[in-house]
Amino acid sequence: MKKQRKVLLIQGNEAVVEGALRAGCRFFAGYPITPATEISEGMSVKLPALGGTYIQMEDEIASMGAIIGASLAGVKSMTATSGPGFSLMQENLGYAVMAEVPCVVVNVMRGGPSTGLPTFPSQGDVMQARWGTHGDHPIIVLSASTVRECYDHTIAAFNLSERFRIPVILLIDEVVGHMREKVILDDEDHVEIINRTRPSVPPEWYIPYEDTPMGVPPMADFGTGYRYNITGLTHDVRGFPTARIDEIGPFNERMIRKISKYRAEISLTEHFLTEDAEITIIAYGCVARSAKRAVLQAREQGIPAGLLKLTTLWPFVRGEMEKLLPSTRVFIVPEMNMGQISREVKRVNRGIARVVTLNKVDGTIIMPQEILQKIKEVA
Amino acid sequence: MPEVTKLIHKYLRHDKKFPHVWCPGCGIGILLGALIRAIDRVGYDKNEIVLVSGIGCSSRLPVYVDFHTLHTTHGRALTFATGVKLANPKLKVIVVMGDGDAMAIGGNHFIHAARRNIGMTTIILNNNIYGMTGGQYSPTTPHGMKASTAIYGHIEQAFKISEMAVAAGAAFVARGTVFHAKQLDGLIEQALVKSGFSVVEAMAHCHTQYGRQNRLGSAVEMLEAQRDNAIPVEKASKMAPEALVGKIVTGVLVNKELLVYEEEYEKVRERAGLMMEK
Repeated sequence: MKKQRKVLLIQGNEAVVEGALRAGCRFFAGYPITPATEISEGMSVKLPALGGTYIQMEDEIASMGAIIGASLAGVKSMTATSGPGFSLMQENLGYAVMAEVPCVVVNVMRGGPSTGLPTFPSQGDVMQARWGTHGDHPIIVLSASTVRECYDHTIAAFNLSERFRIPVILLIDEVVGHMREKVILDDEDHVEIINRTRPSVPPEWYIPYEDTPMGVPPMADFGTGYRYNITGLTHDVRGFPTARIDEIGPFNERMIRKISKYRAEISLTEHFLTEDAEITIIAYGCVARSAKRAVLQAREQGIPAGLLKLTTLWPFVRGEMEKLLPSTRVFIVPEMNMGQISREVKRVNRGIARVVTLNKVDGTIIMPQEILQKIKEVA
Repeated sequence: MPEVTKLIHKYLRHDKKFPHVWCPGCGIGILLGALIRAIDRVGYDKNEIVLVSGIGCSSRLPVYVDFHTLHTTHGRALTFATGVKLANPKLKVIVVMGDGDAMAIGGNHFIHAARRNIGMTTIILNNNIYGMTGGQYSPTTPHGMKASTAIYGHIEQAFKISEMAVAAGAAFVARGTVFHAKQLDGLIEQALVKSGFSVVEAMAHCHTQYGRQNRLGSAVEMLEAQRDNAIPVEKASKMAPEALVGKIVTGVLVNKELLVYEEEYEKVRERAGLMMEK
């Protein structure tokens, strides 16, 4: 077989498109919004040629509904948006959690609140991605800091979504979404693609929301003979609404357990010079790039700094951070918000090390020298 | 076995979720019966039907029927249905909503679904009130009537659902009542076989909320009012608008041939494929 090697100079948003198609996404519904529109445009061009479907809906509420519908019909599906659209998606995002429908939502973060700063980067939606939809619920949120990661982590988002039957949110920011970098996409590379488990029993034996050792029941596509009820109401194992406390409790417990049990596997991070670091930066998205440079500069000046770069934002990577607690004297958490992940860092830290925040909400990125300055202050 | 018993055994999840949630005398059961009779006549396989609904009394309908059933969020049923249909156009997608569901919170989704002309059938049960939450005024509550949030009399003008569907460009629009059950069977049957976006508005009574608050009598009296106020569309077309105030115009309002979305999208796929080859 001829080796297919694509060398591309593309934006982060375009890399999301490539990643989604590689992951097997064949349905996209969206609504135009800066700075995420290139994802919609890319999908509208490429999906039909692959036999897939692109549709521009009347708003983001509808986009989220449509991708859930498509996923239930057995097609991997995605939408992409930014802050204001993400707010509108929260209602049906909760539905996808409740009905356990795999799908991927990309949020290219811009400055907020409200209409905010459409063309400026931000990391203001980290908490909304975790708690934006109402009620106690599990969720998986990933982030990306390079164009290559936009490709890789879109695939990871689909894989996690299919494996755990849960919506997965990919948070990137305006800088990463619009920045161009060289990316080599090599089809011979080993790319693992996970598809949802479908029922292996005949329809009459199928119990759609049955507990399993993993906590994730097999999922049947519409039209394949497995007729069952799907609802956003709290339901029993057959999918019918229930008000029985002996069914409500176990249902909610399984929803939480299916993610918490696999927390370690879902925790995707990159440790950069953390082994002997006394000062550890915890960063994600475009800020992680500045942090890496700052760590190198600090090392040149003899300061033992390191970086814990987060790919997984939620569930928070508690285990990975705890590994650094014995050696770290100071954690620095630079974020383009008023302190969202830093709250988690403080919670896991439990007062052991010092936690210093570096927050910026003026629509510009955090520069390496700003982080370096902070490192020097605490060194 | 009588015909009705056969249908019940064939289509209802009779071993599962009964008794149902509806009040004694409610019109939604008649709509459910009409839908099942129409589906049986058309001869669809149970495995190819996806029955989608929103939130409210009428949106509880799918849970009782043995199809692929999808009970979604308030007003959003058509958005989910759009995804289902486009992901697998072979499926027969039927959407059931109430007047508040389809015209208030889901009004925007409704007009755009009609405009796109995606192949699905939408049935809207119009009982002029939010029943499940206790009788608040809806977009179809007539001016001057009472509701739990309009005890001094309602001051807004009501939407006409079918006329709205016509204006939004639906390929097939019909209105019936639950009193005229046989006619309703036929209207739903016509809507099911129509390619493109078809709408059936089923006028129904909510004697528990709307009827009680407006002193319109029992379920039977409200059914009789449907009988007395219904005017076939052919006759109505010759009447003056003033004479039609408070009347229910029944029958097929629109039946036209339009380009169907999923067929048009297939052409997009072909064009995209050709461009990618170049």
